[in-house]
Amino acid sequence: MIGRLSILLGALSLLLPALPANARTIAITNGRIVTMVGAGEVDNGTILVRDGRIVAVGADVSIPAGAEILDAGGRIVTPGLIASGTALGLIEVRNVEAADDRATDRSDVSAAFDAGYGLNPDSLLIPVARLGGITRAIATPSYGNDGNRELLFAGQAAAIALGGGPILVKRGVAMVLDMGDAGAERAGGARGGEIVALRAVLAEVRDYVRRRAAYDRGETRDYSLSRADLEALIPLVEGRMPLLVSVNRASDIRDALALARDERLKLIVEGGAEAWRVAAELARARIPVLVTPVDNKPASFETLGATLTNARRLAEAGVLIAIQGNGNNRERELRYNAGNAVAAGLPWQQGLAAITVNPARIFGLAEQIGSLEAGKDADIVIWDGDPLDTLARPVAIFIRGERQPMTSRQTELRDRYRSDGR
Amino acid sequence: MRPFILILLAGLAACASNQASVPPAVTAVQTRPGIDPFADSDPFPSSYRPGPSMKFAIVGATILTGTGSRIDDGTLLVSDGKIEALGTDLAVPAGYSRIDGRDRWVSPGVIDAHSHLGVWSQPETVEAQSDVNELTDPNTAQVWAEHSLWPQDPGFDAAREAGVTTLLILPGSGNLFGGRTVTVKNVPVTAVRDMKFPGAPYGLKIACGENPKRTYGGRGRSPATRMGNVAGYRRAWIDAADYARRWEAWRKAGGAGDPPRRDLQMDTLAGVLRGEILVQNHCYRADEMANMIDIAREFGFRIRAFHHSNEAYKVAPLLVREDICAATWTSWWGYKMEVFDAIEENAAIVHAAGGCAIIHSDDNLVGQRLNQEAAAALSAGRRAGLDIGEAEAIKWFTANSAKALGIADRTGSLEPGKNADVVLWSANPFSIYARADRVWIDGAAVFDRGDPGYRRHSDFLVGQPGQGRRP
Repeated sequence: MIGRLSILLGALSLLLPALPANARTIAITNGRIVTMVGAGEVDNGTILVRDGRIVAVGADVSIPAGAEILDAGGRIVTPGLIASGTALGLIEVRNVEAADDRATDRSDVSAAFDAGYGLNPDSLLIPVARLGGITRAIATPSYGNDGNRELLFAGQAAAIALGGGPILVKRGVAMVLDMGDAGAERAGGARGGEIVALRAVLAEVRDYVRRRAAYDRGETRDYSLSRADLEALIPLVEGRMPLLVSVNRASDIRDALALARDERLKLIVEGGAEAWRVAAELARARIPVLVTPVDNKPASFETLGATLTNARRLAEAGVLIAIQGNGNNRERELRYNAGNAVAAGLPWQQGLAAITVNPARIFGLAEQIGSLEAGKDADIVIWDGDPLDTLARPVAIFIRGERQPMTSRQTELRDRYRSDGR
Repeated sequence: MRPFILILLAGLAACASNQASVPPAVTAVQTRPGIDPFADSDPFPSSYRPGPSMKFAIVGATILTGTGSRIDDGTLLVSDGKIEALGTDLAVPAGYSRIDGRDRWVSPGVIDAHSHLGVWSQPETVEAQSDVNELTDPNTAQVWAEHSLWPQDPGFDAAREAGVTTLLILPGSGNLFGGRTVTVKNVPVTAVRDMKFPGAPYGLKIACGENPKRTYGGRGRSPATRMGNVAGYRRAWIDAADYARRWEAWRKAGGAGDPPRRDLQMDTLAGVLRGEILVQNHCYRADEMANMIDIAREFGFRIRAFHHSNEAYKVAPLLVREDICAATWTSWWGYKMEVFDAIEENAAIVHAAGGCAIIHSDDNLVGQRLNQEAAAALSAGRRAGLDIGEAEAIKWFTANSAKALGIADRTGSLEPGKNADVVLWSANPFSIYARADRVWIDGAAVFDRGDPGYRRHSDFLVGQPGQGRRP
């Protein structure tokens, strides 16, 4: 099996030598294409890529003369995976503060904190995640560790690409907020305080929107937020930017739902350890949930109902779910988390959807990524087996039509010691 | 208060017979209880009793034996809590209940060689639940993990449902010497002695690198650097050697005069010098592993396993030569500097070099899928051209772990006479979709996914939200 794989890889590199940018036509042929859209699975299918975009997908795609052809050998071809709830691009080593740009301790930069700045495309974490089939991520800010910092919002998440062009794809794909235990602690120690403070802040923002000119003349009352924070929250109160709420306890999820309903906010639930207990309400309100299916730990009094069946039960209730990885350095385990959800009863297609098309929909990126169909960015992964299984690995990865290297600093270290050591 | 008791040291010499450093002492010495470390070498003995064991046969399964063999369409016979026989074309004797193993796989019970279950229990974010790191002094060799261990940690249930039958529970890594480890069977009990693995040797947790120097350097005391770490280890071993010498001298003199003052910390370290207590060494970097081997040589003890050992691949021949296991993960890396060079192929490279590779957890969630963590390592190794079979890789969380824990003569593989610690998997355990369907410890059923009467042991979740849910 190893031998056959290296022969295939050798053949791939012959067919696609040192690819320049994306201004070319590439045909991936003979793939078992899992499109994640209406076409479903296409056996012996072809994907035609031009200028970084998919131009055709199907069993009867005619290949233009001059196209570079990559024979997938009957292997599974999927959209690139999307990691939501990560800090890829913002962090290198967690215990090295200078290598961690997830949070600020400035008291006047809360909602305004923008994960779209400071992104590092050279981060060593990116090739490691990419070798796990991940082509896009939602870079998500977190809160500073300064105990005196009682900020409500962590800031704005950004959509990033793990290759094939500039790292930043879109700023402000979500406003990030902790509720539950962490949010309550930050707001002074109790949930009631946090929710009151949130409502007061949202009222301030609405007031500010109406009286901007007066604010500039210094004729308004004092607001508790800085101007930058007030500005950053306008898309939120206008329903243009979703509120990504990290929340776990069933009652806290209901509180978040009530807040979103009353304030007419677009909500995304993150974490959601007990979301399965309020699945019907989430489905009714069309609130998507980002889950980590392997996290069944009753680690706190807000996650006592954590279970391996969370993802399955949410999906069964009709909730749109995205599956998260295990964070940053461990982001490559994203597909294993989906596999574990499938082992707990989630249908395989839905497991794959939860790491491709679903996060694309949840973060407003489905026009560009998440599925294999004409018009989408050519984020494509060819696998040597079931993409949700540990024993399978990508054999070719494209982002925006650009073939990605199959190496990382880790594979380089491996090779260095394999040749020296024995 | 008890009166004076008579201690027969001759019996104790047997425990130490494989080490030359302590000559067999044959003198009977009278002393008060608690004064002489040899008077009662096992003050907290295992009171484990196996559950009811039945005679059963798993028929038609793919069996990974843990000895490097794979038996297709195999039969496994269990009786009296032991593996009785295994192979193909084995007749099922009368009186054995027959379990259909077709399309399913059998392996030895999973052994987690690095766990903090019970000593850092759920709900783990509640500070009161953390009894893992006695961060009051860089040397706390005197503390014993079993005295923190809460058998009600719901993590034991989750691990059992994932096929984990035996665990090494360790103190944390904030100190140079964290304390004694305890080996437990994953059975539902109320008091810790009821789950202690009978006859399992104790271990001593030693930690290299960043954690101790950060803990104490931050308080303006030693160790603040790696050289401070090493000075701390050496000072302790000097003290331990001296302690051992004073007791030997007293015993040689027939117990004349006042005995040396007993010291629990020194008891543990001296136990290592005698070879009775196994060193379980948290150590990431290759250079530090090499330093620790030098220290062990300087003071005449052995290191049983390096834990985490993410740079084992850089010193694989050294570890093979020294017969030290490398217990590690596959996917963890980069959360701090000393684990920056971790690679997925670590275990596979150690294995291919002829070493003892172990996949451990150190984590409640990874501990529920050691088979998957091993599968990722296996897959990475294959990608790198290391052609390792499942029959070999199963050892990474069974037989090799048993070796590191010093219990390989009793468990860790499916061989006639060994404890019937067995997992029946729904599929190839290296598949992400495999689940432990049934689990036995000493031939007693401890988990059956299909049994509606199965209930979790931990009292903590009783009456809590989500109670009654299926795993």
